[in-house]
Amino acid sequence: MNGPAGNIVVDVRAAEKHFGDGPDRIHVLKQVNLQAYSGEILMLVGPSGCGKTTLLSAIAGTLRIESGEIDVFQQPLHRMSGGALTRFRAAHIGFIFQQFNLIPTISVAENVGIPLLIQGVRNGEALKRSRAMLDAVGLGDRWKEQPNKLSGGQQQRVAIARALVHEPPLVICDEPTAALDYQNGEIVLELFRNVARSPDRAVIIVTHDNRIFSYADRIARMDDGEIVEEKEQQHLQPPRFIHEHAL
Amino acid sequence: MLVAGLFFATFLIVQQASVFCGLMMWTTSTLKNVGAPIFVVEERVEQINEINPLRDTDVSRVRSVSSVRWAMPLYSGIQRVRLQSGSFKTVQLIGIDAASLAGGPVRMVRGNLEDLRLPNTVVIDELAVTRLSEDKKNPIQVGDRFEINDIEARVVGICKAMRSFTGGPYLWTTYERALQYTPASRKMLSAVIAAPLDGVSPDAAAEEITRKTGLRAYVNRGFGEAGNDFNTSTVWWYVKNTGIPISFGTTVVIGFIVGIAIACQTFYAFVLDNLKHLGALKAMGMTNFRLSLMLIIQSATVGLIGFGIGLLATSAFAYAAIQNQQPPFVMPWQIPVVAFGVIQLICMVAALLGIVRLSLYEPAMVFRA
Repeated sequence: MNGPAGNIVVDVRAAEKHFGDGPDRIHVLKQVNLQAYSGEILMLVGPSGCGKTTLLSAIAGTLRIESGEIDVFQQPLHRMSGGALTRFRAAHIGFIFQQFNLIPTISVAENVGIPLLIQGVRNGEALKRSRAMLDAVGLGDRWKEQPNKLSGGQQQRVAIARALVHEPPLVICDEPTAALDYQNGEIVLELFRNVARSPDRAVIIVTHDNRIFSYADRIARMDDGEIVEEKEQQHLQPPRFIHEHAL
Repeated sequence: MLVAGLFFATFLIVQQASVFCGLMMWTTSTLKNVGAPIFVVEERVEQINEINPLRDTDVSRVRSVSSVRWAMPLYSGIQRVRLQSGSFKTVQLIGIDAASLAGGPVRMVRGNLEDLRLPNTVVIDELAVTRLSEDKKNPIQVGDRFEINDIEARVVGICKAMRSFTGGPYLWTTYERALQYTPASRKMLSAVIAAPLDGVSPDAAAEEITRKTGLRAYVNRGFGEAGNDFNTSTVWWYVKNTGIPISFGTTVVIGFIVGIAIACQTFYAFVLDNLKHLGALKAMGMTNFRLSLMLIIQSATVGLIGFGIGLLATSAFAYAAIQNQQPPFVMPWQIPVVAFGVIQLICMVAALLGIVRLSLYEPAMVFRA
């Protein structure tokens, strides 16, 4: 299947999810349908509590939906066992978290190498590739330092390097600029667009920071557990594609 | 905090267990200081510090046993020494056969053991030099005198000896003179020490002595070395009949409880503090098994460090104890090995709590700031 930018990589169909029990039961996903395509940056936006993080978690395979179907790279996540989901995440998905979630007691390069180590890459090789990735995000000279020595913007760049080091075809970002000021947020997003975009990679960003909407190729707006609007964006500058081997 | 807790637990467990072993070793000090291979005592006697006197003729009865090479009388009792200042000190008096000097101290530091055959003479151990000296600048030495039961005792030698359980120094004299130093009673013979004929094992000889005389013959080999060993019997008697094991055992158990409480609380707090990081690893595709292994290795490593520091501190304590000759300190290899196992057990329990918490943590939680 082809979409606006490339092949369809994420296909959510009629996804349903509730939280809580009894009178406190909340319907967080209501028959949600969403597709993401390779080569595009898709932003999931909407007010707090609208269900965008829940949808992102379901697409990432960290949360199970109650009904509906989620296919990622033609793999039915809704039917996978816990172990298979874990392996799938390790192989196919790169994560960028709101609070960076870098491990403070190890070096920047070791943090970046974690996805490689999870995949069973040997330590030396992981370190080599981590340093190359850090070069790509402009932190090649800081590889030995511990994350808490870096500024918030630099830490998020390390998190970007960690999300991309194993060359995942899908990158999931949760509020990547929420912990950054505007200037740093813009620098990080600019960098992220440059290094993460690839014709065979889809990027899904959850955000309610409207200052970064311009970085999206497509925006899906959620409200009260539903996708209420989807629109494509025209960039003033054509997106730059940087392939991993060039990093 | 975690390392401190495990260090404290290690120190308490190893130090208390070693002092207990040292104390138990002290109970057998007479057996070590009187190095005879066989001790013959009254049939109901279970430990060396319990004296049920024998008749003098029992020496001849033991000598009459065919597998016995020699048998000599032994006096062992607690007496009081009167110093020149008029003060009294308690000592462990040992009376040995004057002709053979069998049962005499093994290592003389000064003087000659043979001089015990001179009138009113004693050999004292190094502890006595400290205990019986009235002036520390002018310690007691060969040629000095004191009184035992109003009878003069002249020091003719100083020897090395293991400290007695009662804490008093050892004094050696001849058997006959020991009887003079001791207030008279109907039977005075504490034990008969003996040795087997060449080619006969001490066990076989002891068994024959028991069978033919009706007395209780023990071999003197070392704790746990033989079924009828007097050291073993003595130690077990103290374990069963005194509150010493309960007292030390309580401290060891407290060490274990303190260790497990601190380790579990601290390690669990560590897991909670790092739950977001661990959750992120889980989201990124790290399996529960690998995360659990990580926590186990982390916990075991901290355990190793805490144990190492604890053992180092115990060694420092041991060095001081050995220098001062008290408190008693004996650390057989089993103590650190068992303590290491206990510390690792504590760490595994602590890790298990963290593993349970982590396995219940949904990776999706990492997206919820």
